[in-house]
Amino acid sequence: MSQPQEKTAASAGEMTSESPVEATTAANAPSGPASARRSLLPGNTLLRHLVILAVCAVGAVALLELTSPFRNSQFAVLAYYAIAAGGLTVLTGLNGQISLGHGALMAVGAYTTALLLGAEEPLPLAVVFLAAVGITLLLGAVVGVAAARLHGPYLAGATLALAVGLPGLALYYDDVLGGEQGLRVQSPRAPEWFQGFIGFVSGNNATTTKWLAYVGVICLLLTFFLLANLARSRVGRTWRAVRDEEVAAELAGIDLGAWRVLAFVVSAACAGLAGAVLGVVIRLAAPSGFTIVLSIALLTAIVIGGLGSLLGALLGSALLVFLPPFVTNLGADLGLNNTEAAQLAPFIYGVVLIIVMIAAPAGFVGTIRLRWLQARGKRAARTAQG
Amino acid sequence: MLQFVNVTLNGLVQGMIFAAFALALVLIWRSTRIVNFAQGSMAAATTFIALAIIQAGQSYWVALVVALLSGFLIGAVIERVVIRPVEGGPELNAVIVTLGLFVAIQALIAIVFGSSFQSFTTPFGLRGFTFGDTTILLTPNSLYVIGAVLVTMLALIALFRFTRVGLAMRASAFGQEVARLLGVRVGRMLTLGWGLAAVVGSLSGLLIAGGGLVYPAYMDVIIVSGFVAAVLGGLDSPIGAVVGGLLLGLVLSYVAGYLSPALVNMSALAILVVVLLVRPGGLFSSSTARRA
Repeated sequence: MSQPQEKTAASAGEMTSESPVEATTAANAPSGPASARRSLLPGNTLLRHLVILAVCAVGAVALLELTSPFRNSQFAVLAYYAIAAGGLTVLTGLNGQISLGHGALMAVGAYTTALLLGAEEPLPLAVVFLAAVGITLLLGAVVGVAAARLHGPYLAGATLALAVGLPGLALYYDDVLGGEQGLRVQSPRAPEWFQGFIGFVSGNNATTTKWLAYVGVICLLLTFFLLANLARSRVGRTWRAVRDEEVAAELAGIDLGAWRVLAFVVSAACAGLAGAVLGVVIRLAAPSGFTIVLSIALLTAIVIGGLGSLLGALLGSALLVFLPPFVTNLGADLGLNNTEAAQLAPFIYGVVLIIVMIAAPAGFVGTIRLRWLQARGKRAARTAQG
Repeated sequence: MLQFVNVTLNGLVQGMIFAAFALALVLIWRSTRIVNFAQGSMAAATTFIALAIIQAGQSYWVALVVALLSGFLIGAVIERVVIRPVEGGPELNAVIVTLGLFVAIQALIAIVFGSSFQSFTTPFGLRGFTFGDTTILLTPNSLYVIGAVLVTMLALIALFRFTRVGLAMRASAFGQEVARLLGVRVGRMLTLGWGLAAVVGSLSGLLIAGGGLVYPAYMDVIIVSGFVAAVLGGLDSPIGAVVGGLLLGLVLSYVAGYLSPALVNMSALAILVVVLLVRPGGLFSSSTARRA
């Protein structure tokens, strides 16, 4: 009973631009200047995002230099989860399309990276990553064309089929793709300028682990910067229009199919980059790393964080990284053996997905936003009366 | 020629199992407009319950009955507890909840029963019938599979056609509000529908496990095949699900037999995409009422 009430209370406030679907609340960014009054951030969207990017970059360097090498490697993992989740949250939250195929798309990025870095004269890392993004993007365009005509359960089923089917190719072309064992990835060593940089900043040891953590975090910051700008632009607004009211959007001259394909392509490119980072961090691209559980873990991350929110995707990804060791230890303490304890994490993903969807479908960021808007609406109503 | 016969027979038997699984999906789709992605995990759970009973020394048939009953219970409880709150809401929420169930149940099986491969018995032999000096790939077990699925289908048809409960279930699937006005306890019918669907799903899980190995994720591939079969027949039609299941079983069997087993899942994907793009309402749709 509480949910419909919440909805009416929310829409009574200043939520006229809000979507009718509560689950994607977090995706509806407040129009910049209006909510940014009394804020220190600049009103211009690009400038504001650049300032946030600079602050985050400094914060990331501080975080990576103040923590242990083990934490550094965990941040590298966090980076690729967050890149993929960021792409997925744009697709699901902003454009309303679900995808269970992102694990498979990450596999494409990882295998591309493994093949290119395994060459005699490997290309520079940035070029390899761009190639991985490019190839995943092409596949994403193909899948996106099919996906643009599907919705809800049909889309989920089709992308599920992709997630289950694509690893089969690694077995079929096992002479190139290494079959069940997969491909080892020749992770590049830290370049000289990086050693100089670390020596200048903190004097720490510039290990390969640290270099890879930096690579991951740089990719993460760039991706989120681009996605945040996209979400606030005409593109993002159009996606939200396509998500909320197909008919109205079509009447406004929006080509639904083309915009859905574009959303899928952007999202696939993120998954490709995430796969590339995963490849160099894990140093292995194997079918067992890209099961359906990976796709559902990403879905869990964005649902917990709040569909459509990049901050939510980051928080959700942090949960994916830091929760499993904690839960596995807990399981071991309770007397489960290793393989059983390892299953506790997916169990909790599933349970959390269900609970969040039933109790707070807007997710963490979205729920907080709803509460804030409600409080503001009430305050405004009170001042109007008094 | 012998290989063709064998591949075809194998496809038919496999198709019967897909048909049963697709039927379970269709039953739930008709009543609640939800595709139950957790169906495979639920079936795996009941299979492991059956396995535990068999390992405790009981006969296959006791295990079968207990597994089907527990399947009914699991389905009904899941509908009442976690599906009811998202029924009729945004379709994305329901999809996400069933996906959550999918991983949660699968992980729970691994925690309770272990994640190793275990062999599952079958009440009938696995040696093919022999004609003259050629042995074909039709085993007593395949006859049992075909028979079990046929009996289940006939029972379902009888239930929906000839009983009051079946009529009430059809009414609540057709128009919830009208049915409610006419005194049908729609909520109970939905719970019953989920329970029945879970029984059919469990049966397909047990049949596919028979004579093979089971592990917590062994139904993953069947979810995809069952979904493709259901979409082939149009998600709304039980008959379509059966025909779709048989067709898909045959095609996938030919792919595995003549191309490569590694390509089976990719061809399922290809079939699904083609059907969804060309005939989104399924092969037998007469009208394009729903946009897929």
